[in-house]
Amino acid sequence: MREMTKTPGAKGGLIQRARGVHPPAHDPAYRTTVTRSPRLAPLSFPSGPAEETGPVFGHDLLGERDADLITNFTGEEAIGPRIVVTGTVRDETGRPVPGALLEVWQANAGGRYRHARDGYLAPLDPNFGGCGRCMTGEDGTYAFRTIQPGPYPWPNGMNDWRPAHIHFSLFGHSFGQRLITQMYFEGDPHIPLCPIVGTIPDPDAVDRLTARLDWQATIPMDTRAYRFDIVLRGRRQTPFENRPEAL
Amino acid sequence: MTPPNTHPYLLESASQTAGPYVHIGCLPNDVGLPMYGGANLGARMLGDGFEGDRVTVRGRVIDGTGMVLRDAMVEAWQADAEGRFPPDAAPGFHGFARSGCDADGVWTFETTRPGAVPFADGRPQHPHVTLMVFARGINLGLHTRMYWPGADLDGDPMLARIEQRERRETLVAREEDGGLRFDIRLQGPGETVFLDV
Ligand SMILES: [Fe+3]
Repeated sequence: MREMTKTPGAKGGLIQRARGVHPPAHDPAYRTTVTRSPRLAPLSFPSGPAEETGPVFGHDLLGERDADLITNFTGEEAIGPRIVVTGTVRDETGRPVPGALLEVWQANAGGRYRHARDGYLAPLDPNFGGCGRCMTGEDGTYAFRTIQPGPYPWPNGMNDWRPAHIHFSLFGHSFGQRLITQMYFEGDPHIPLCPIVGTIPDPDAVDRLTARLDWQATIPMDTRAYRFDIVLRGRRQTPFENRPEAL
Repeated sequence: MTPPNTHPYLLESASQTAGPYVHIGCLPNDVGLPMYGGANLGARMLGDGFEGDRVTVRGRVIDGTGMVLRDAMVEAWQADAEGRFPPDAAPGFHGFARSGCDADGVWTFETTRPGAVPFADGRPQHPHVTLMVFARGINLGLHTRMYWPGADLDGDPMLARIEQRERRETLVAREEDGGLRFDIRLQGPGETVFLDV
């Protein structure tokens, strides 16, 4: 077989995922995991080009209103507490990740999703779709504007409520960095009660998913600001680099 | 329990389930939200100007009770026929696609047979596509691979690492209706091999 160019041990491999920060697949308190969790151990091996490359999206992907969930559905303004969410996307080595694509989705101010399968009593807002997207700049920062979502009940235990949250999907520079997570709001009393939050074994990791009110970034008489920094997997660095970065 | 921090700098943000409404964020045009000019991200792996063979891949995601998931999202990432990843790939080849599941729980995308891509140690691997599965009840997106059928499974450096030989078959598609078929079993008999890479 043809030998392909990559020097064993050269830099660039993804840092092994710190499994302890992530929820285990199986957590009976979050009941749907019981039948959707693999029971056999995953197979570990060092990353190669298939994991170290990934789709790259240009800023030209974005439409003018993609990052404004307040107006991006009908052009009219959605109802609810107006907020801006900002933050920096870094990798585990601390370097900002430019050009990362963030897709976000959420319930409206009453805690209702615009989705055929969401039958919660709270009304739909005719001007709120509930999704948006943005990209990080050269310094790894991102921003989008939305309304603060409401908490909502969900079928799990007899009386489970989700804390107010925004779902985040992130593409960094490699497919092995792919991450879907949720952002919570500082001070929400539902956070410690939620079985989905409770799947995360490390309280510090929950804290890192909790956005802080960013008083300095608040726009007076207009919009409050929340800060939410995100860390994606990083790649090993060694002084023996002899292979160009995949991207 | 806090794990020992073997990482030199920052810890990765924790994953959370994509939940039952992942489509709103990732496939809005599939659920009646006319967003982004009507086109979902990753709607086509093979874009305008792609010249080459096209093959449709279909599959289902099945839980531990044998029930088919209809709320899952499956993402695909692969090299072109020459083993090149974007942005160095053939014109029109995007390498990335994502699909929700239809009423029967079937996800689908159109692609082309990829060329060989090296394993971490440089040995070539058999043609495969990397898949990620996200859904309600999946706490961390599940990473797996679909191999093209007909490969000599022993010759692939990744497949060779799977000790139980019959489990390798869970990563190999089969030919069906002129395309490829690949079911992902989350749990139980025939459980798909998932990867931690
Ligand atoms: Fe939610």
